[in-house]
Amino acid sequence: MSGWSTYKGRAVALPLENVDTDQLIPARFMSAPRSEGYGGFLLHDLREDDAAFPLDRVPGATVLVAGRNFGCGSSREAAVYALVDAGFRAVIAPSFGDIFASNAVNNGLLPAALPAEVVTQWTQALGSAPQEAHIDLDAGRITIAGKTHPFTLDATWRLKLINGWDDIDLTASQSAAIDAFAADRRDSYPWAWPTT
Amino acid sequence: MSAPRTLLDKLWQTHEVSRGDDGVSLLWVDRHLVHEGSHHAFAKLAARKMPLYAPELTFAVVDHYAPTRGRDDAFAPQIARMIETLEANAQQHGLEIFGLHDPRQGIVHVVGPEQGLTLPGLLINCGDSHTSTHGAFGALAFGIGATEVAHVLATQTIRQRKPRAMRITVEGTLGPGVSAKDIALGWIARLGTDGAQGHALEYAGSAVRALSMEGRMTLCNLSIEGGARFGMIAPDETTFAYLEPRAHAPKGSRWTQAVADWSLLQTDAEAKFDRDIRLDAAEIAPTVTWGTSPEQALPITGTVPDPASLPQGKADQARAALDYMGLRAGQPLEGTPVDQVFLGSCTNARIEDLRAAAAVLSGRRAKVPGIVSPGSMLVKQQAEQEGLDRIFIDAGLEWVASGCSMCVGMNGDLVAPGKRCASSTNRNFRGRQGKGARTHLMSPVMVAAAAVTGTLADARPLLEGRAP
Repeated sequence: MSGWSTYKGRAVALPLENVDTDQLIPARFMSAPRSEGYGGFLLHDLREDDAAFPLDRVPGATVLVAGRNFGCGSSREAAVYALVDAGFRAVIAPSFGDIFASNAVNNGLLPAALPAEVVTQWTQALGSAPQEAHIDLDAGRITIAGKTHPFTLDATWRLKLINGWDDIDLTASQSAAIDAFAADRRDSYPWAWPTT
Repeated sequence: MSAPRTLLDKLWQTHEVSRGDDGVSLLWVDRHLVHEGSHHAFAKLAARKMPLYAPELTFAVVDHYAPTRGRDDAFAPQIARMIETLEANAQQHGLEIFGLHDPRQGIVHVVGPEQGLTLPGLLINCGDSHTSTHGAFGALAFGIGATEVAHVLATQTIRQRKPRAMRITVEGTLGPGVSAKDIALGWIARLGTDGAQGHALEYAGSAVRALSMEGRMTLCNLSIEGGARFGMIAPDETTFAYLEPRAHAPKGSRWTQAVADWSLLQTDAEAKFDRDIRLDAAEIAPTVTWGTSPEQALPITGTVPDPASLPQGKADQARAALDYMGLRAGQPLEGTPVDQVFLGSCTNARIEDLRAAAAVLSGRRAKVPGIVSPGSMLVKQQAEQEGLDRIFIDAGLEWVASGCSMCVGMNGDLVAPGKRCASSTNRNFRGRQGKGARTHLMSPVMVAAAAVTGTLADARPLLEGRAP
């Protein structure tokens, strides 16, 4: 996975709270292999039912601005695949589902948390005309509609996004420590291994 | 003397392989459960040509796509492919699998505890958000995404920043017909679906201690619906009694040592939580959801709220939810006609749940169709030994095999567009049980009451003079 530190792209607002992972990708699409691309499944049923759905009004948008608790619900990483395969690089919201946020970072998608007032302001600006978003991961700032604000992001997640690391890369240097831990645990807590 | 510690602190410390300068811990994983949906993770591992670190600690269960009827017939090719892929991955990597025709097959969060794979003091991961269920045993259990599943397969560890600690204490006695499901829906309605975000939840208090393991699992299962990736309850005699006869649980001297170690897994008296919430059990009523988020829940005696009376964000969401659900503000919940019922899922399909529903249904007929899918094939067998299957069948409900079934609809068990389903499951999200499906979450006795009346109904009058 390749890393990134700055990004410019078109932003779109999805002014909904609690956008859950069943909305992001309905379960019936999840048996498809990833190689087929998940972009077409993104928010599939909401889009199908609404001819004026925000995402379809701003073709080529790659930065999503949404309401609180974005990505709540299941652990399906396919919700992130749908966003990434549709071209999205960042989601901006007041808060995120915990599992969604870590899945996002593992796939190079930035979950940027900003205060609800800022998100509301940007949502309003995006309602009137398409706008560019400028994201600076190093500085931890986002600019939309001429307004720049800092965002909150776990320091490790920032490094992972910038360097394109995933967790397996990070753990590679720990193999001796893991071997030693496993041996010690087996000695101290033999019951922790399943009876066969 | 060392500082007082929470159960979370103790579990975290015993699993920490290392902690980076950034504060992120590398944690040892004692049990890893995989299902058909884990195919992305196996593919990632294959792409990197990495072997499994400890195949003896990973167990595979067919549940999400498991057909609940016609298992011996041919089924849809995409479903067959998902199941075959899991079987092939299990075989290739030497994993024990609870396959479609295994008499122990069932929902992963039912099978793990039932087989004694879930134990106090373990760290348990599964690529499913309801992994918090296993915390009911005093385990550190949490759902993970596919990249993390691949990481666990490759290293038997998980990278995780320690969450903040939150406690929900429920004191007192639950009223008749009120269960763990109502405690959960009640606190989520009060604190919101992000109420416990970033926190690990510990449930405590006399009402929690009084719950059976089944009830404790229901409570921990729903932690994620309130935003918490972890839910846990300190182990006690109830926990040990449940586990002792289980196939994969420790035996002999290992059992003795285990119980001694597990008895230490308690939050110390003076330990501090980042958030501490107290609830009175006597105030909890049978609860149902009216909207498309688990936080949109009310006692069955309530009326559908007026969005205009809610704060801005919640008002918009409520308006959209009422439109989707086909309900109007001010309408009493009780008496709302339902089209069908579903009793099943990792939340509420264990033997105690089936017994509770059967207590309402015994000698009565359902006015609407419905499916009963036990949490595992062993639960199904036990229910049949107790004659519960006859009660469901005589009531007019369909008694089917075990799987995630109509909770998520991946196996084709779907609610049709616009149809209203009274469901013992965990998510009333738009489209969760099928495109356009209208889901009301509730406890097993409330599902049974909905079946008998054909409407959302209070189970309590129907339980008078009957157990439980």
